[in-house]
Amino acid sequence: MKLELRGVTKRFGSLVANDRIDLDFAEGEIHALLGENGAGKSTLMNVLYGLYQPDEGHIVLDGQVVRFAGPGDAMAAGIGMVHQHFMLVPVFTVAENVVLGHEPTRGKVGLIDLAAARRMVREISNRFGFDVDPDALIEDVPVGVQQRVEIIKALSRDAKVLILDEPTAVLTPRETDELISIMRQLKEAGTTIVFITHKLREVRAVADSITVIRRGKVVGTPSPHDSEASLASLMVGRSVSLGVDKTPAEPGDATFVVRDLTVIAPSGARVVDGISLEVHTGEILAVAGVQGNGQSEFAQTILGLISATRGSVTLDGTELLGRSVDEVLEAGVAFVPEDRSSDGLISSFSVAENLILDIYDRPPFSRAGALSPARVAENARKRSEEFDIRLTSVQDPLSTLSGGNQQKVVLAREMSRPLRLLLASQPTRGLDVGSIEFVHQRIVAERDHGTPVLIVSTELDEVLDLADRIAVMYRGRIVGVVPAGTNRDVLGLMMAGVPLAEAERAAAAHRTALGTADVLATEGEAPVADAAPTVESGAEVADAAPTADGSSATSDLEEDR
Amino acid sequence: MTADPLVAPTTNPPAAEAERPSMLQRILDASWLTIILAIAIALIVSSVLIAAADTDVQSAAGYVFTRPPDFFSAAWDAIYGAYSALFRGAIYDYQASGVRQIRPITETLTSSVPLIFAGLGLAVGFRAGLFNIGAQGQVLMGAAAGTYVGITFDLPVGVNLALACIAALIAGAFWAGIAGFLKARTGANEVIVTIMLNSISFYLVAYLLTTSLLRQGGSRPISPKVADSATFPLLLGTQFRLHLGFIVALLAAVFVWWLMERSTLGFQFRAVGANQSAARTAGMNVNLMFVLVMVTAGALAGLGGAAQVLGTDKTLQATTAGSIGFDAITVALLGRSRPLGTVLAAILFGALRAGSPLMQTSANTPIDIVLVIQATIVLLIAAPVLVRELSVPHRIAAMTGRYSIKGARA
Repeated sequence: MKLELRGVTKRFGSLVANDRIDLDFAEGEIHALLGENGAGKSTLMNVLYGLYQPDEGHIVLDGQVVRFAGPGDAMAAGIGMVHQHFMLVPVFTVAENVVLGHEPTRGKVGLIDLAAARRMVREISNRFGFDVDPDALIEDVPVGVQQRVEIIKALSRDAKVLILDEPTAVLTPRETDELISIMRQLKEAGTTIVFITHKLREVRAVADSITVIRRGKVVGTPSPHDSEASLASLMVGRSVSLGVDKTPAEPGDATFVVRDLTVIAPSGARVVDGISLEVHTGEILAVAGVQGNGQSEFAQTILGLISATRGSVTLDGTELLGRSVDEVLEAGVAFVPEDRSSDGLISSFSVAENLILDIYDRPPFSRAGALSPARVAENARKRSEEFDIRLTSVQDPLSTLSGGNQQKVVLAREMSRPLRLLLASQPTRGLDVGSIEFVHQRIVAERDHGTPVLIVSTELDEVLDLADRIAVMYRGRIVGVVPAGTNRDVLGLMMAGVPLAEAERAAAAHRTALGTADVLATEGEAPVADAAPTVESGAEVADAAPTADGSSATSDLEEDR
Repeated sequence: MTADPLVAPTTNPPAAEAERPSMLQRILDASWLTIILAIAIALIVSSVLIAAADTDVQSAAGYVFTRPPDFFSAAWDAIYGAYSALFRGAIYDYQASGVRQIRPITETLTSSVPLIFAGLGLAVGFRAGLFNIGAQGQVLMGAAAGTYVGITFDLPVGVNLALACIAALIAGAFWAGIAGFLKARTGANEVIVTIMLNSISFYLVAYLLTTSLLRQGGSRPISPKVADSATFPLLLGTQFRLHLGFIVALLAAVFVWWLMERSTLGFQFRAVGANQSAARTAGMNVNLMFVLVMVTAGALAGLGGAAQVLGTDKTLQATTAGSIGFDAITVALLGRSRPLGTVLAAILFGALRAGSPLMQTSANTPIDIVLVIQATIVLLIAAPVLVRELSVPHRIAAMTGRYSIKGARA
């Protein structure tokens, strides 16, 4: 089935979200739609999926102009969509979710034919090797499997074109790799895949053709063999430096020391399980791990939001545990929370107020309990200039800023005082390439200033770009601490709980698609990254290898291959 | 630069969705236009009811098809009569003579005094995200404490009044502080706790009025008259009831403005109200703020109770608080929890209170119509979308195709 978009324009008031877009999706190709947040990719796909009506232009299917009044029409025409946020009912089984809205029925009273539903799931699952149990509850299966359920759902309605909206955002590196092989199988079977993303590495690994969208317009159709840097500059509209320019770290003393930190959640789960780490002045230690392995709790415990069950956290020799958040901040800790809109900022407050959110009670902003609006505003003007925060007025509500500028507000506030530790969770989540570049530069600058920096990130790319050392976290424990430049396949396996030595062996034996792309990319430009990192000596690693989990994860891996 | 102009409504980051404003926040964010329209629509809805309840209109409706003008003139007479009586009772009585002509507006301002105090207290709570329903109990406890001082001590003029006010302030603050403390310590919902405290305070005061503490002689459950030294001085002479409490209420409004907009404490109040987890992450003691917010709210409501007893009633009964505490909720919401808005809304409600008796006696309109007006206003503000749909500017915007994303998201 050949799908074309001809001159599609979609406006929202005076905003042109899509400006005369022409696109051809050939049968059985993986077509990547590349663009920054807000470039108009999702609007375009919603037009294609019938959620929006185009103001101009039309959709052509096998030479016929079609008009979709809603997703129902699009589905009937063979277009399926897997949204970034899954549309599944958590308490229903896989089979129930797959047939939801299209339930096969039996008899005159319309009983749902669950047996038929199960058969359907099993049949599709077996055809593509999905390994999905039709009777499992959605809430019990991992995110990667939930995504496969969404794909099965689309395929069960005979989708010939499958739109995947930012499908890898929620996946572990290994799940991403599995998704890539699923995409390739579907392509073999003749399905056209539209792959929406802003991750260059993935695009280069799987796409047959690429369309780059910027500010609502098609700005180019580069080849998947083009370099990441050229794709990025096409996407952003100016040349960007990928990766981070930084000199080797010059670590000093270990001023921030975590010993045997354990946090037991009210549910009884050990969310942080005996973590020991040291961060030296002038170095960036990144804690890598898949979302939900205790990193958030780890960071929150350091700040004093969660109380630890056991262990110690010292900064410059002073114990931080047991202190209030206010006292921890006072001790010189800067905290960039992983979710800026819920924990870092108040969207109805002005930009100026957000810039003093945790320093409002310090001079010069207040005296004897009274705020000084003039000083608050002056501080805001200074910080927004320094951090290049784009705004019309510092008195405007924060909600008028874009995500990248909001994150700059958090960084500007946290870095505007003398620091003894910079603790940043997901510092670039949801930001565009340009903003990521800026944030990374500021973090490196803070390191070069001699501040110990602790980054918690689920983005492997970010970890590899920023870190001087990498601690991999899995189920509340540190699987191992490895130097920067460790092979991403090894890190990916460690993020699934495989101990370093085994991870290296497995990674050498089976290169993943992204890992291969990585090697190919680096081969042309620079010497191959150090593929055999050395284990760091010291107690940090020794007590951190979860043997039981690790070996079971490895055997899973062996079975899969 | 504002938000990227190319971000279509659906491409808002999921975080923006997660932050969907609560009911309380939606009400507080209602625009002035919405509020004015709500008042206007409430008056229109009430006119229909006024006409329907009028006997002349009812009989004219019997032959509306034979002589429609009769029906419409009867309806007009009923509505005009009711609203003009409301105006004469609340603002300016053009039928009276001499200084009595301006008596209604002073009555309006007098009625508004306890509403201003209690409304300000609730407004502080609302902006800090606490739905305090307990103004009724806090007003009553304040009134009781003020009365106790007023009937027990006979100190010099001024000192006695100050002492009575301080007692009222502390009583209200303590009463509300219970709810704040329970929320901070146990997570008890402040709505439920304050409702229960309202009941407790009502029966507590009713009981105290049977004891020597507040009754002090007499046989009915009503306190003796408070000492003159403990009453608010009259502002415009003995012909008018307007007293110093009104000025104090305006000063309280200025204080609340300063507290919320210019003090570090108010900054924390607002931060806790707008985003609790961000406030906590910024090192604010959220639980302490719960207590302090309630204490502030209770202190203001307690002063309102003192103003009612020491300024207007002079004696205390279990029913002294009337519906002040509940009307104050509407007042605070109507004023968008801003001090100026709260004062204006309290004066509006004071006018409805002051004007309704004349409306009943001279125009024969049921006094309950005032409650309908109040209730309709609240209903419309709570459903801003409805008001927007009904409003003319919105229609024009829709017709000319202008479309604001901000409006669509609200």
